[in-house]
Amino acid sequence: MTTMTTTTTLELSPSPGSWVAVCEEARLIPGRGVAALLPDGRQAAVFRDRSGRTYAIDNRDPFTGAQVLSRGLVGSAGGRAFVASPLLKQRFDLETGRCLDDDEVAVAVYPVRSI
Amino acid sequence: MTTPTIVLVGHGMVGQRFLEALADRGVTGRARIVVLCEEPRPAYDRVQLTSYFSGRTPDDLSMVEAGFMEKHGIELYVGDPAETIDREARTVTARSGRVLAYDTLVLATGSYPFVPPVPGKDARGCFVYRTIEDLLAIEEYARTATTGAVVGGGLLGLEAAGALKGLGLDTHVVEFAPRLMPVQVDEGGGAALLRTIEKMGLTVHTGTGTQEVVTADGAVSGMKLSDGSELATDMVVFSAGVRPRDQLARDCGLDVGERGGIAVDELCRTSDPAVFAIGECALASDGRVYGLVAPGYEMAQTAAAAIAGEGAGDGFTGADMSTKLKLLGVDVASFGDAHGTAGDCLDVVYSDSRSGVYKKLVVSADGVLLGGVLVGDAEQYGLLRPLTGTVPPVSPEQLVLPAGAGAPVALGPSALPDDAVICSCHNVTKHAIGQCESLAEVKKCTKAGTGCGSCVKVIEKLLPAPTDEGLCGCFSYTRSELYEIARTLRLTSFAALLDSHGREEARGGEGCEVCKPTVGSILASLNNGYILDGEQASLQDTNDHFLANMQRNGSYSVVPRIPGGEITPDKLIVIGEVARDFGLYTKITGGQRIDLFGARVDQLPSIWTRLVDAGFESGHAYGKALRTVKSCVGQTWCRYGVQDSVRMAIRLELRYRGLRAPHKLKSAVSGCARECAEAQSKDFGIIATANGWNLYVGGNGGATPRHADLLAQDLSDAELVRLIDRFLMFYIRTADRLERTSTWLERLEGGLDHLRDVVVHDSLGLCDELEALMAAHVAGYRDEWAETLDDPERLRRFVSFVNAPGAPDPSVRFVPERDQIKPDLTILTIGTLEGATSR
Repeated sequence: MTTMTTTTTLELSPSPGSWVAVCEEARLIPGRGVAALLPDGRQAAVFRDRSGRTYAIDNRDPFTGAQVLSRGLVGSAGGRAFVASPLLKQRFDLETGRCLDDDEVAVAVYPVRSI
Repeated sequence: MTTPTIVLVGHGMVGQRFLEALADRGVTGRARIVVLCEEPRPAYDRVQLTSYFSGRTPDDLSMVEAGFMEKHGIELYVGDPAETIDREARTVTARSGRVLAYDTLVLATGSYPFVPPVPGKDARGCFVYRTIEDLLAIEEYARTATTGAVVGGGLLGLEAAGALKGLGLDTHVVEFAPRLMPVQVDEGGGAALLRTIEKMGLTVHTGTGTQEVVTADGAVSGMKLSDGSELATDMVVFSAGVRPRDQLARDCGLDVGERGGIAVDELCRTSDPAVFAIGECALASDGRVYGLVAPGYEMAQTAAAAIAGEGAGDGFTGADMSTKLKLLGVDVASFGDAHGTAGDCLDVVYSDSRSGVYKKLVVSADGVLLGGVLVGDAEQYGLLRPLTGTVPPVSPEQLVLPAGAGAPVALGPSALPDDAVICSCHNVTKHAIGQCESLAEVKKCTKAGTGCGSCVKVIEKLLPAPTDEGLCGCFSYTRSELYEIARTLRLTSFAALLDSHGREEARGGEGCEVCKPTVGSILASLNNGYILDGEQASLQDTNDHFLANMQRNGSYSVVPRIPGGEITPDKLIVIGEVARDFGLYTKITGGQRIDLFGARVDQLPSIWTRLVDAGFESGHAYGKALRTVKSCVGQTWCRYGVQDSVRMAIRLELRYRGLRAPHKLKSAVSGCARECAEAQSKDFGIIATANGWNLYVGGNGGATPRHADLLAQDLSDAELVRLIDRFLMFYIRTADRLERTSTWLERLEGGLDHLRDVVVHDSLGLCDELEALMAAHVAGYRDEWAETLDDPERLRRFVSFVNAPGAPDPSVRFVPERDQIKPDLTILTIGTLEGATSR
C-alpha cells in the first residue's frame, strides 16, 4: 500500500484519453463520496474505501433519476465495495457499476488515477 | 335433487372452527351453508380479548381468513341473531325477519356472563366482560373513573382486572371462594398468585361475596360485601362465571340439562337428530358443560364429521381441561387431575414465596404423572401436559425444581413421544409438527400455536434452529447486543467494532448501509459527540451527513426546532423571510413546526446562518432522534387545562433534543384529559392530571397505530423527567435497529409490567446508570448546525461539486404549483439508462 501525501490529486477519465481533475485525494473521507461535474454536463460520484482504493461511477441514480449516488454510503459484500443509493437504497458495485439488487440495471464507471 | 341446507346459529370461535371443518371435508361444495351471527362482526379470538387493550384492533383478533366465506360460498349474516326455531317446519327465523329453511341445524350460541342477582346490578357503571363491545363500553366508561372492582377472581375475572388496571384504574377483585382461580389451582397456587397480584398494586378480597351495588344518581358509587365491609368504586365488572345460552333450544322443546346446557350425545346431536349443538352452549355426553375453547373445537370437528357422514370414531365424550394463561403477566397453568382427586396419589410441591413461584405435580403411586398446577413459572407446561398419563423419563422432583437448582437433566421436547399432543387447542402431535420447517409453516399447515399460543415455545424448540438474527451481512449480533459490546468494551469506532466483532468474512471490510448508520447511532448515544467528525462522518446516512432531509430530486428540506410548537411572531417572520429569499416551499408539519423544502446542498449553510442568527437550532428532522414534543396551550389559556403543558413540552424537548436512538422519537404533552396534543399516539406522551402528570409510553401513529400504555400516574415534574430519562435510555439500550418504542414494547419479554419493573421499581438495578447516561447527553448537547457553521473544515462538504465549488447542481430544478415550487421531475428522466454499460 502506498502512503498518501496531501498533494496527490485524483483524476478521472470521462472518455478514453481525457482526464479531469476531481480533488485532492485527502479530501475524500473513507467510506463516503463526492460529486464531480464533467465537461459535458454529466456528473460522477467518486469514492474512497477503507483501504485507500478509489472508484468513480455515474452520479445519477437510475431508479429515481436524481444525481445523488455520491451521497450514498459505501459498504462491502464478499470483498467488493458498493454504494447504496441514499434514496431507495439499491446497491451498485463500485468496480463494475452493476446494480446488486436488479440484474437489468447498471451505471457507468470511470477510470480513476492519482497523480 | 336439491342441495341440502346447513344453518349455523352463532359465529364465535367454535362456529368458525365448525365451518372450517366442513370446508376441510368438502361439505361446503355440496351444501348451502348459512350463518347467523349476533355480534356486529365475524368470529374473533375471544381468548385474546384482553390484548385489545395492548394495542390489538378488532381486525387483529379476527379468526376468519380474508376471503374464506366467499371462497366456500358461505352466507354470513352479522348482527342478525336467530330468534325462533320451528322444528316441525325445519325453519329458523332471525331478528331481521329472515326465515331460513334447514336440513341440518347447528347451534353454537356460546354462553353468557352470569350476573349475580344483587341490588344495583343494572346501574350505570356495571359491565360484563365477554365481547369486544363490552370492552369498548368499559374503556369508554373508565375514562371518567378512578376505581374499578371486578366480581369474580377466576380466569376471566383476573383477565378483566388486568384490563381495568391497564386502563389506569385502582383495581379491586372480589372472589367468593377462599382463593383466586379456585377451579384451576389449589390453595398453594392461589396463595402464590395472590402475593404476586397484590404486589402489582391490585387489591384482592377473597372469601367474600357481593351483597349490593351501591348507587348514587343511578350510577355505581360502591359495593357492599358479605363480610360487612364497603368498597368505594366507580365501576363494577361482573365476571363470576358463564352460563350456556340455551334459550333458543328450550323454546323449541329440545332437551336441556337441569343446570342448563343443550343435551347432546357423543356426535353432538341434540334430542332432535336434525339439530346439533357445539361449544359452550352444549351439555356433553359426560354431563359437563365445557367453558374452554379446545373442547369446543373438538365438538366442532365431531359435528362436522357426523354431518359429512364420516365414520363416527370415538365422538366427543369429554375433554382435557388443561389451561395455561398469562394473567396480569403471571403464568398460571393447570393440567390433568390438578387437584389430586384420584385416590392414592402423591403431591410433589415446589414453592418459592419470594419469587411467587408455585409448582405442584400429582403423581400416582406407581409414578404416573396425573396432573399439576404451575403458578409464576409455567415454562414446563408445554412439556408436562403431553407427559400426563405416562411415567416421566426423570423423577418428579427434577421436573419441578428450577433449572440449575439440582435439576441435573434438562428435559427437552425431544423427550416427548411422537404422539404427544403439543397443541391441545387444535390437537396437533409432535409428529405433525416435525413435518414442518418453520413456525409460520406449522401455523399454516396444522393450526398449532394459533389457539391460546401456550405451545409456541415448545414448537420453536422442535423446529430446526432459528434463522440468523444478526443485524446484517456484516454482524451476527443484534443492535442491542452491539450496543452492549460497544458500551462494555468502550469501543469508539466502527472499524474497531467490525474488525473485532463482525462476521469473519466481513472483518476488514467496509461494513454496509445497514450497520454503518446503526453503529453510528450507538456511538452517538454513548459518546454524545458531534456526529460529523472523523470516522463518524462516514457512518451517517446522507440526511445526517448534511443535517437535512433529502427529497426525491436530490434537494433537501430544512426544519428548525420550534420547542413545544411555541414561536414568537419575530421568529415566525424570520422563517418566512428565509423561505422567501431562498425560494423554498413551506409546509406546516404534524409536529407543530415548519418544513422548508427545495434547498440545494450548497445553500444549506447560508440558510442556516440566517436561522441560527435568529436563534433557531437544528430540529433533527433528519436524524433517528427526538423530533418534536407537541403540546396544547394548556392551563395558561385553556379553560379546561389543569397543568402548564407548553412549559413541560418545551422543557422535555430541550432536554432530549439531539438524542440519538434506534428510530425517531416523538412526544406530546396534553394539559388535560381531553388530550388535544394526541399524547397517546407518541413514543412517550404526557397527560396532565389534577395531581401532576400521567406518563404513557409506546404509542405510535403511522402504518401500525398503537395506543400508548400508561406507565405511571400523578407524577411531579421531577418524577416525570426522571422516569422519561430511564425509559428512553432503556429503550435505546435494548431496542433493535429501526424499532420504534411501540414494537419494542410489544416484543419486550414481560411487556409493560417488565418495563415498569425496570424503570419504576429498578428491578435490574440499572436506573442510576440510565440516568447518568441521560445526564451526560444533556450536558454534552450542542447545536449541530451552529457547530457546523463555526468550522470552515466542516462546511467544506456543502458543495454540489467538489471540482466546481460555486456551481449549482443543474439537475435540481423546480416548477411552480399553487404559488410555490415543486420539483421538476422531467429533468430527472433525461438520460435514463444510457451508457449503462460496464467497462
